[in-house]
Amino acid sequence: MSEVKFSKEHEWITLEGDIATIGITKHATEMLGDIVFAELPEKGSNVEKDGTAGVVESTKAASDVYTPVSGEVVDTNQSIVDDPAKINEDPEGGAWFFKLKIKDTTELDTLMNKEEYDKFAKETSS
Amino acid sequence: MEIKKTSLNKLHQNNNAKFVEFAGYEMPIQYSKGIIEEHKFTRSNSGIFDVSHMGQLFIYGDESLTEELEKIFPLDLKNLKQNCSKYSFLMNEDAGIYDDLIITKINEGYLIILNAACKDKDFEILSNLLGSKFKMNLDNNRSLIAIQGPKSVEILNSVINGVDKLNFMTGNWFDSDNQRLFVTRSGYTGEDGFEISISNDNAEKFVENLIGKGAQLIGLGARDTLRLEAGLCLYGHELDINKTPVEANLRWAISKSRLSNGGFIGSKKIMNQMQDGASQIRVGIKPEGRLIAREKTKIFDDTDKQIGEITSGTFGPSVNGPIAMGYVDKEFSKVDTKILLEVRGKKHPASVCGLPFYKKNYVKGVN
Repeated sequence: MSEVKFSKEHEWITLEGDIATIGITKHATEMLGDIVFAELPEKGSNVEKDGTAGVVESTKAASDVYTPVSGEVVDTNQSIVDDPAKINEDPEGGAWFFKLKIKDTTELDTLMNKEEYDKFAKETSS
Repeated sequence: MEIKKTSLNKLHQNNNAKFVEFAGYEMPIQYSKGIIEEHKFTRSNSGIFDVSHMGQLFIYGDESLTEELEKIFPLDLKNLKQNCSKYSFLMNEDAGIYDDLIITKINEGYLIILNAACKDKDFEILSNLLGSKFKMNLDNNRSLIAIQGPKSVEILNSVINGVDKLNFMTGNWFDSDNQRLFVTRSGYTGEDGFEISISNDNAEKFVENLIGKGAQLIGLGARDTLRLEAGLCLYGHELDINKTPVEANLRWAISKSRLSNGGFIGSKKIMNQMQDGASQIRVGIKPEGRLIAREKTKIFDDTDKQIGEITSGTFGPSVNGPIAMGYVDKEFSKVDTKILLEVRGKKHPASVCGLPFYKKNYVKGVN
């Protein structure tokens, strides 16, 4: 599996072959607070880099989930729809959002590595 | 304008509060445990809320003050016993609501608790209505602390002996640690609890004492989910200058004896609406599934006609599901009426339901 990469919209992405797994970062969940609702893209649909591909809602507000790369949705994680609290518990592990068959691996080049993201998250949240 | 801080601001910081601006004040929306944990802790144990941003208006006077206030509020204040509280409204001539409030008859006159965002305007309106005959003090030297939840009576009584003898919606002056506190058995969570008016200088120590006895600080986030589960209105959401108490389904708060003769501001409109009904009315709304319908969500019938709008909507931690309140046209206000909510461009099924979503646990008849 590839190195984990991060977007400015607080998504993480890993790549295995041409299948990317995408979720939201721990930092994002900390900003959102208790997550009580999740909506995922439809399996088989196509999503475009930086387009919306889902929604999360906390007790406070709704936020869009964006996809950091383009591709076809090949799988979604129903367990976080049934129990959204899982997203707070394990955001960068079991609580992934969706898997994409990606078109263009160079789209990953613009994303941040862990060190860059941590710095970005710290700067933007203060 | 500089943001205002309550006397507990440092204590909030020390307890890792996340702050938001609310009505010009820096207030804690939540602490490290988060809204759901804080909500559940209040329902099962005892939560402390800093509500010092709210207005504490003391108006001093005798029976002539009661007569003047009856010209303003839809209440039977002549027959209100000393130390008893009523929920009421400050209205304009069209019965539009300037503010909702709690008024308590005290030995010296009346104490009125006002919403933070409305208190200065309320003071101006009431000053103009009452003239200079009565001394009025919107007291910025006192903090207001709410303690809510089933263990609150035991905790507070160990600090202020005798509060356990108060009934819901009554209050009194108490002496504790060489200070005078005004305590009412009231609150806005649907739980048994109290509100304590205390001088700013003593507030932090007082709250630390409550924390030492097992109560925990709770933010405005959980205060909102708690009040919504209890079916209670929030000014600026369910209530505003374009809504009347009848439309807000709060006719219970209007004293029956005042309806025959009127004589309070807005009485004409209220009496008309009581007879003919209002064209829109506040209801509880339960979305199907887990969908959350927030404030301003449009409500439709099955023919695509808009029939209302959501005024508050969130996830209810104790109900364990989404809940909302809103206004719908009268003919759609019956419990179990099927409605549609437009969220992110799609219409989702929901139904009108009774309020509250969570049974209230008020304590009456202890005295």
